[in-house]
Amino acid sequence: MKVVAAMSGGVDSAVAAARAVDAGHEVTGVHLALARTRATHRTGSRGCCTIEDAGDARRAADVLGIPFYVWDLSERFHDEVVEDFTREYEAGRTPNPCLRCNERIKFSAVLDRALALGYDAVATGHYARLRPGPAGEVELHRAVDPGKDQSYVLGVLTQEQLAHSLFPLGDTAKPEVRAEAAARGLLVADKPDSHDICFIADGDTAGWLRQRLGPASGSFVDVTTGDVVGSHEGAYRFTVGQRRGLRLGTPAADGNPRYVLGIEPVSGTVTVGPRAALAVDRVEGSRPRWTGAAPTASMAGTVQLRAHGAAHRAVVTVEDDRVSIELLDPAEGVAAGQAAVVYDGTRVVGSCTISTASRATPADTASRATPAGTASRATPAGTASRATPVDAARSSAS
Amino acid sequence: MTQPETATRQPAVYLDHAATTPMLPEAIAAMTEQLGRTGNASSLHGSGRAGRKVVEESREAIARALNARPGEIVFTSGGTEADNLALKGIYWARRDEDARRVRILSTVIEHHAVLDSLDWLATHEGAQVELLPVDAAGLLDPDELHRSIERDPESVALVSVMWANNEVGALQPVAEVVAAAHAHGIPVHTDAVQAVGAVPVDFAACGVDALTVTAHKLGGPYGVGALVLRRDLSPTALVHGGGQERQVRSGTLDVPAVAGFAVALEHAVKEQPHHAARLSGLRDDLVRRVRAAVPDARLNGDPSDRLPGNAHVSFPGCEGDSLLMLLDQRGIECSTGSACSAGVPQPSHVLLAMGRDEADARSSLRFSLGRTTTPADVDALAEAIGPVVERARAAAR
Repeated sequence: MKVVAAMSGGVDSAVAAARAVDAGHEVTGVHLALARTRATHRTGSRGCCTIEDAGDARRAADVLGIPFYVWDLSERFHDEVVEDFTREYEAGRTPNPCLRCNERIKFSAVLDRALALGYDAVATGHYARLRPGPAGEVELHRAVDPGKDQSYVLGVLTQEQLAHSLFPLGDTAKPEVRAEAAARGLLVADKPDSHDICFIADGDTAGWLRQRLGPASGSFVDVTTGDVVGSHEGAYRFTVGQRRGLRLGTPAADGNPRYVLGIEPVSGTVTVGPRAALAVDRVEGSRPRWTGAAPTASMAGTVQLRAHGAAHRAVVTVEDDRVSIELLDPAEGVAAGQAAVVYDGTRVVGSCTISTASRATPADTASRATPAGTASRATPAGTASRATPVDAARSSAS
Repeated sequence: MTQPETATRQPAVYLDHAATTPMLPEAIAAMTEQLGRTGNASSLHGSGRAGRKVVEESREAIARALNARPGEIVFTSGGTEADNLALKGIYWARRDEDARRVRILSTVIEHHAVLDSLDWLATHEGAQVELLPVDAAGLLDPDELHRSIERDPESVALVSVMWANNEVGALQPVAEVVAAAHAHGIPVHTDAVQAVGAVPVDFAACGVDALTVTAHKLGGPYGVGALVLRRDLSPTALVHGGGQERQVRSGTLDVPAVAGFAVALEHAVKEQPHHAARLSGLRDDLVRRVRAAVPDARLNGDPSDRLPGNAHVSFPGCEGDSLLMLLDQRGIECSTGSACSAGVPQPSHVLLAMGRDEADARSSLRFSLGRTTTPADVDALAEAIGPVVERARAAAR
């Protein structure tokens, strides 16, 4: 096949490209220029948008003896990923820019362009596996290395996209990939993994958002008492489950620490309360994307609610474009805007965007923390909790 | 499965001679001969004298070919250094003589070696840089320059206008530039990197005070070039040290490179009329056949008043980098002709200056022909360009 290997300048995509070459494909290395200010030359190699990273990718392609080009996708990345990220935060949701980038850029804009230019597939360094299914379709499975598994951020891919994808690293553990890179003479072998959101250079998501969204003061409200217990400079600075840095004026009645439970973007109200109140067992999702056929009835499987989060046993019911997820074990810190990825064993069934998360069954501690008379404390869209930005981006692109 | 590209790749159809051109075999021979010898041209002993002799004979040969005096040849590491030396050195020297002289007049279509040097002078040295516009064919209007000088001649430190544009090949009105500047005793620099060997360049006759030339664009090695500099001009030095090259440019001279440079330049100048006639014929054929394959392809710049080996073409609806990649896959090598930033082709500042929009500027390729170009190269391009453009258009949708 003729294959475009997306090369970020990191070790994973370099080894993925090398393996595609070994497999006998005709491989062309492509680095995606995503940052608008291309002069960015940060040290530490944490992202995938710097001149240094482009240089590392080019050098890896030279070592592999494959042609190499840089494709400028900065406009599309800005419009479809960065702008979306900002808008979502503004609306009180927690977007995952890596999923968005995979859906709109890597396996859409890049794949479309590659196919139009005469290529058959795009190879990336994501840790996930592709397997033939019973009906000849392509199945997406978790990687064998559970610590590196990135099937979550690929949960937005459709059958058509998967049919034109290659993930050569899915059956390998990360240390082996580094060893292989060293053995192949790739100088990126010991380059650190990227963890941050690639377009936020210093990793300060709150500061980045503050610059774009400006100050937006609001109040902290204690969910137990309904009292205002403090004020803040911008709701987007907080994440559900956050405990530190709230600087609340009034201590809680029971003396226990309080956590961010929810964010109301219009009023800027940040709800705080006891840890037990973070638990949810009902998740509603919209905008589903299925890797193959959509589930026809309720299915029992597992659901992952954030990158590198736990797999929760769940019953998933699909009705048109609405996905209802019943979690058999409650989850904490579930954020609207995040993706819920549905698995059947190791197989990715599909994903949806979380619109609401709520508690249907009363829990001993949580029910005491809930205002009286709300047996079902449904959290409206926009107030479901927000996971930490670092978690959101942990599976950063390969 | 097909074999990796490296294994099956055919010898390239090389149409990027404006980026660099193959070394002349005679230049390789001259350079190789010197690589086996020892002798710092600044040393006083026999080996040093032998090196010095090679350098001075090379200097004389280059001076002869360009109709300059040997003492006017200042060897540098190439075109970029020569441009930097001319602009910064002459600006500083002229401003030191008279503090009012802070204006530098140039054009919007200069090479980045000039534009970025000027930008630095503006940012760090208080220079007032005026970049004059060009017309739709990429030509400076000498009247614009004249008006700009006449507004306040006393304040002009120097004028710098390239001889031939590296992207669209437009030949600039150097004689008129010199006339306008010299009327007020203002020195003129010209970047003639693309011009020497392609069109007649006579240093004494053209009247410019400083002229940039580089070896690797005319069949010589990388890493050597010269600023041809009138004796009465003493630019402030940029590189200090042993005082080689008129105290203007220090550093041990690269004897083998200088030897190769001289052989290549002599040959290029001697062959220039024949070379230009042959290349313009091939170029016209290339343009005709590209247009036959892609009827809406558009030649940028003046059809005839341009470098003989230059064809710069816009392909509406295509991304230049898609075209470049698809041609590269077929072993045809050309350029988007514009500067890259981290490997990302930027829309050409030259085409934008010629009044084209950004999409138009991004849809262009530069084919540049040279000494080793054959009719078969043109055939290969003519055959490939139709399907390549079709595919690139599909990818841009």
